[in-house]
Amino acid sequence: MGNYAIETVGLNFNFGNQAIVKDLSLQVPKGSIYGFLGPNGAGKTTTIKILLNLLKSPADQVFIFGKEITSNRIAILKRIGALVEQPAIYGHLTGKENLVNRCILLGIKKAKADEMLSLVGLAEAANKKASKYSLGMKQRLGIAQALISDPELLLLDEPTNGLDPNGIIEVRNLMIDLATKHQKTILVSSHLLAEIERTATHVGIINKGQLLFQGTINELHLLSKPMLQIEVDNTESAGAFLTNSGYEIVAKTDKMITLPYTSSEKSGELNTLLIQNGFTVSSLYQQRKDLENLFLDITKTN
Amino acid sequence: MHALYISLVSEFYKSRKTLAFWAAILLPVIICGLISFGFYYDAEKIIANHYPPMLLWAHYSGAALGVMGFLIMPFYVIFMAFSVNNIEHKNDTWKMLFAQPLNKFSIYAAKYLYAVLLIFICLFLFATLTYTFGHLLQALVPKFNFSQYNPSNILINSYAKLFLASLGILSLQFILSLLWSDFLKPMGIGFVGTIMGIITANVGWKYAYLIPYSLPTLALRITKVKKGADPLAFPVFTQEIWTSLIYASVLFIIGYFIVTKKSIK
Repeated sequence: MGNYAIETVGLNFNFGNQAIVKDLSLQVPKGSIYGFLGPNGAGKTTTIKILLNLLKSPADQVFIFGKEITSNRIAILKRIGALVEQPAIYGHLTGKENLVNRCILLGIKKAKADEMLSLVGLAEAANKKASKYSLGMKQRLGIAQALISDPELLLLDEPTNGLDPNGIIEVRNLMIDLATKHQKTILVSSHLLAEIERTATHVGIINKGQLLFQGTINELHLLSKPMLQIEVDNTESAGAFLTNSGYEIVAKTDKMITLPYTSSEKSGELNTLLIQNGFTVSSLYQQRKDLENLFLDITKTN
Repeated sequence: MHALYISLVSEFYKSRKTLAFWAAILLPVIICGLISFGFYYDAEKIIANHYPPMLLWAHYSGAALGVMGFLIMPFYVIFMAFSVNNIEHKNDTWKMLFAQPLNKFSIYAAKYLYAVLLIFICLFLFATLTYTFGHLLQALVPKFNFSQYNPSNILINSYAKLFLASLGILSLQFILSLLWSDFLKPMGIGFVGTIMGIITANVGWKYAYLIPYSLPTLALRITKVKKGADPLAFPVFTQEIWTSLIYASVLFIIGYFIVTKKSIK
């Protein structure tokens, strides 16, 4: 337990009769960037709210830094910075005032507000009313609020929402920076796997409240089995021929046949076989199923 | 205690640019200013009535107290209870507030205390400005006899009663505004309650004191009745005040339990 920043043990959560989170056992190692993936409505935000004790979890199911959350709420919250859903910003206050207010609540120096504004690139908009901020600026301010107390654990709920490509890259680099140089643990949720793939060291995939996969990013890659794609004329008869020859066909379009990849020798044999039987093979290559499809597969089957 | 203090500071910091905060200052300034202006403008007529000093003060302070007690006060309290909570509803910041390393009681109590404080400031200014503007009128129009009577006791007692009598409404409205994020529900209930309170208080229904909304009216009505006899002798802690304080404390505690049980969506 000591090595996990977050650990949930068979966590269940219901809204009325509806089960939102079912038997969830998250294990987020210290110092990791944990990508918390799932389609919209999978229970990601609910889980994050449980981790912040905003939603009441049953006792002895949620542990942060090894401590049970309901009985150590304040001590744990001191070590967490969070951005949940839309950033919580007072529209009638300026960006700086929003941060100063947070400094007041956390009992930290107000100078920290300026430091954070420069960090997220809002120094110039510091004295502008937050309601006049663009979506991306609000998101940055939300991230600044999460970081201001210099927490050991960051919970970021879709932090790149509404950011332009530059902003997305900045947030990505900031996360990598925080984890590698400052030893922070980051749990970042997203419904986009491509986003997580670039930063995360660990991944958890959730759908309909259930954890479908949890492991390192490499373990996730291993799950994706490589395929052999063959571009051939007359896929109909080529397909029929291959099936008759004992091959398993995964997919077939009017241009391409997809089979499970086994080895390069096998691919060569297959090529020769097709040519010898009068088919024209225009290309033949191995393709790793991309994670996006894997993600869809994992979430679809359940 | 420290958590309560910083929560309170934060409440002030957040609201210092909002109408809710400025209303506490502007309302007494405007109302007392208008009444004083009226007295200044109609000075000849008023002096012609030859009121004894005490009655002149009663007449003068009663103008603000009457408007305030019967109509504005309940709505002002309803508005305060609403705006202190609405600042979080509107900006969707409850989740942020309760994710801070502060105990929930401090966050809740700070909000409540801040509303109480705003009402106190408002009524304190009413009493102070009534007193100051009265003496200012005296200086401007020497024929007035404001200076021949010291109204501080009667002002302090009346406004203290009004303040204490409004705490029951505050606690009730505070819970309503805490539960509902929209303007209409707490306002609608408050409006109906206030009308009901004024009617029941004025027809003299014997259980009127059980309705929090009728308490400010009841508190002031007794002030007026007793004023004829010995204006300084009326007690502050009457039945209405105790009822109001009991309502306030019970509802405050209930509100806290609502907050602790509340899941932040």
